[in-house]
Amino acid sequence: MTAPLIGARIQRKEDYRFLTGTGQYTDDVALPHQSFAVFVRSPHAHAKIKSIKIDKARKSDGVLAVYTGEDLAAAKVGGLPCGWLITDVDGKPMKEPPYPPLAQGKVRHVGEKVAVVIAETLEQARDAAEQVKVEYEELPAVIDLKKASSGKPIHDIAPDNTCYVWALGDKAAIDAAFSKASHVTKLEFVNNRLVPNAIEPRAANAAYSRAEEGYTLYVANQNPHVERLLMTAFVLGLPESKVRVIAPDVGGGFGSKIYLYGEDVVVTWAAKQLNRPVKWTAERSESYVSDAHGRDHLTTAELALDKDGKFLAMRVRTTANIGAYLSTFASCVPTILYATLLAGQYTTPLIYCEVTAVFTNTTPVDAYRGAGRPEATYVVERLVETAAREMKIDPVEIRRRNFIRQFPYQTPVALCYDTGNYEATLDAALQLADVKGFAQRKADSARRGKLRGIGYACYIEACGIAPSNVAGSLGARAGLFEAGEIRVHPTGTVTVFTGSHAHGQGHETTFAQVVADRLGLPLEAVEIVHGDTSKILFGMGTYGSRSIAVGGTAIVKALDKVIAKGKKIAAHLLEASESDIEYDRGQFKVAGTDRKKMFGEVAFAAYVPHNYPLDKLEPGLNENAFYDPTNFTFPAGTYVCEVEVDKDTGNTQIASFCAVDDFGKIINPMIVEGQVHGGLAQGIGQALTEGCRYESSGQLVTGSFMDYCIPRSSDVPLFKVDTRETPCTHNPLGVKGCGEAGAIGAPAAVMNAITDALGVKDVPMPATAQTVWKSLREKSNARV
Amino acid sequence: MTIKVSMKVNGKPVSAELEERTLLVSFIRENLRLTGTHVGCDTAQCGACTVLMNGRAIKSCSIVAMQAEGADLMTIEGVAKPDGTLHPMQAAFKENHGLQCGFCTPGMVMNALDFAKSHPNPTEQEVRESLEGNLCRCTGYHNIVKSIIAGARAMGGKI
Repeated sequence: MTAPLIGARIQRKEDYRFLTGTGQYTDDVALPHQSFAVFVRSPHAHAKIKSIKIDKARKSDGVLAVYTGEDLAAAKVGGLPCGWLITDVDGKPMKEPPYPPLAQGKVRHVGEKVAVVIAETLEQARDAAEQVKVEYEELPAVIDLKKASSGKPIHDIAPDNTCYVWALGDKAAIDAAFSKASHVTKLEFVNNRLVPNAIEPRAANAAYSRAEEGYTLYVANQNPHVERLLMTAFVLGLPESKVRVIAPDVGGGFGSKIYLYGEDVVVTWAAKQLNRPVKWTAERSESYVSDAHGRDHLTTAELALDKDGKFLAMRVRTTANIGAYLSTFASCVPTILYATLLAGQYTTPLIYCEVTAVFTNTTPVDAYRGAGRPEATYVVERLVETAAREMKIDPVEIRRRNFIRQFPYQTPVALCYDTGNYEATLDAALQLADVKGFAQRKADSARRGKLRGIGYACYIEACGIAPSNVAGSLGARAGLFEAGEIRVHPTGTVTVFTGSHAHGQGHETTFAQVVADRLGLPLEAVEIVHGDTSKILFGMGTYGSRSIAVGGTAIVKALDKVIAKGKKIAAHLLEASESDIEYDRGQFKVAGTDRKKMFGEVAFAAYVPHNYPLDKLEPGLNENAFYDPTNFTFPAGTYVCEVEVDKDTGNTQIASFCAVDDFGKIINPMIVEGQVHGGLAQGIGQALTEGCRYESSGQLVTGSFMDYCIPRSSDVPLFKVDTRETPCTHNPLGVKGCGEAGAIGAPAAVMNAITDALGVKDVPMPATAQTVWKSLREKSNARV
Repeated sequence: MTIKVSMKVNGKPVSAELEERTLLVSFIRENLRLTGTHVGCDTAQCGACTVLMNGRAIKSCSIVAMQAEGADLMTIEGVAKPDGTLHPMQAAFKENHGLQCGFCTPGMVMNALDFAKSHPNPTEQEVRESLEGNLCRCTGYHNIVKSIIAGARAMGGKI
């Protein structure tokens, strides 16, 4: 008998290897006869390729091969596919231009791959890459979102650089509601472009075996089966059975390692050409121009209210920057994952959202931690807070007046929330943040010459994506289930194979807690295996905070099958009726008696079936399950941020940050808190320090850790976090997911606090010292 | 041009013929195959490559291997006891959930070891300042700060 493991603060199984330097990340993999690839990248944002001279590079020391887009085209290597079809307002499919792994004839963003040099050593490949001479004819770059439609066409199939115009909601009804409103709050802002910046740069190392006619690809990736499916079926035209994708230890993802990238394709293809393993690891400056970026919306948002502050309608127009090409899931982020969240925690009856996605000569933009939901939360929570200030209603009170209180709740933007209790998280956050003491703290700050402000964000997110048929009807070109397998060994220990992938989330611990708890086994008896297509039956991978809700449920479904079969075996061993067998924490018992068989005894009988119903039951104890969710999950919560602004410098410090989240049932509170802390830091980064800057020529000015500021330890405070619990109603664990919440809720809370401190309507993100200082000056100039 | 370099790494003498331009981190990772020392950037900002050289935390991406000629180096692989028992600083990271993806972790631990020698009972502020050269994208630093405070106390000023 063991103590319950679900809900316990168990230290992580994976920590030992990471703390002793014995983890294995992709760049740590060194294969026999390893060769090294370096990509030659475009220095221009938009240019025709007039010629590529590779002779000198090819003759350089140690060089094995130099390939360009022409070589890939000749070998019929396809372009990178987009996994989600968005249909335009006029019923036409979005514009899907070709996305070649190496540029063909034209480059469309700084950093686009033009050629690859492969050599015996990395240094030789680097030296030779400098000998590749590319002659370009520069074209005007399209950088400014507002001018994209009149800019030089980036792709032939999109002459106005528009990928799609998409809308959700009844515009006429919303316009009518606005005309009757007693107050309208309007904001225009940019949701700043971010670079995910996992500390492990992307890497890929591919090998080919002539004997097996098969490939093995090690890759820093969040979903190895999806990587394999996209690469084999759509790009290289290979049988999936001939390609093994291993995503070993992965040093953070945050979305940026979901996608199939050209580098992965090129090293895999080249491994066969050379019959040598080919390894590529990004330098950080390559990451900045080649990892998919996040956010980058230009938005006009309006909220219509009645005289009591009840929300009547919301109208949102967004121009979303897609970048130069459609990355794997780029199209669904500013649409399906954005507009559907605009109800937030509120009963707003009418919502209209129109999204224009445009191509620009910038790095492709795709999902980054939160993916659409931080943008939606920013729209809703900035509007709500601003409306409260304009109408002189307490910002907490206006939220209470509009909270959803009846569940399930069908929003006007497609989603149906299964459960929640927004008052509970709000009340707990007010307490945790000691909001009652704010006036005193503000006065104390003022005495020290500082401006103090408080800001709230009541966020909601849709996680655990998704019912496959619903996603399919919205344009998804993939299923969104998850797979799990429980392999019980003869002595009763268990190996669990999951299609979810961990890159920091601690699944080896959390999932083991679930399995050990359900089976009543010690934690040590359970091992979790993930990240290898040759071991795991299938997997859709980890993103959108889906692992515990979807991957965890698949494991539970497989466990149920193990227990069901175990009951049959136990019934035979105990000479009892199967219907009388109960499973209770490691023991199969005959109900109402003291007759029992331990889990290990039943497992042993399954593998040494001497006394076993072989006429009715197969030997062995190994079950798998696929689980397709019936709905999204809806984590929600309230964040309260206090900032202190230095009037003279504009420097803004987070004075305190309190987060109260409802993630449903929690398996390991320690890990959940860690996820929240990390998400909050990224959200605070978006609000205060992070943001891409492109020159009008298309050069990325913020292309290193020295120019693009991810938060350092001194930029963030110790966080105060707590949870409230309304269990998810449609999965057996009652779980909702926690990976993205911090990044979703934090930006609005911080910016609401800064605008409160400054007494201004809006401050652009990132609110750097310079930006805040300028805002203060503009305000004081306006007064004069 | 190649040059012979010799040094002590985790207590063992090592030497190799290297190209002069070989960075210390490349020597550690590629020649010695001690892959616990990581490379997270190319501008000496992230600190994932931090090792102890003659007891001081340095970024091994920022010097060439021959600058470490004759030095006594410790990498993350040399921190735990030979029997595998975690060092108190490593144990503190585990107990306080001071790591998630683990990629920045070796650099964090190596930097913390140097810091804790002179700060047996550090404040939150001192720890945050000591992390100026180490980036983490997963933890929001919250639990790293707690780990280092706990680890430093457990070390009592001695590595």
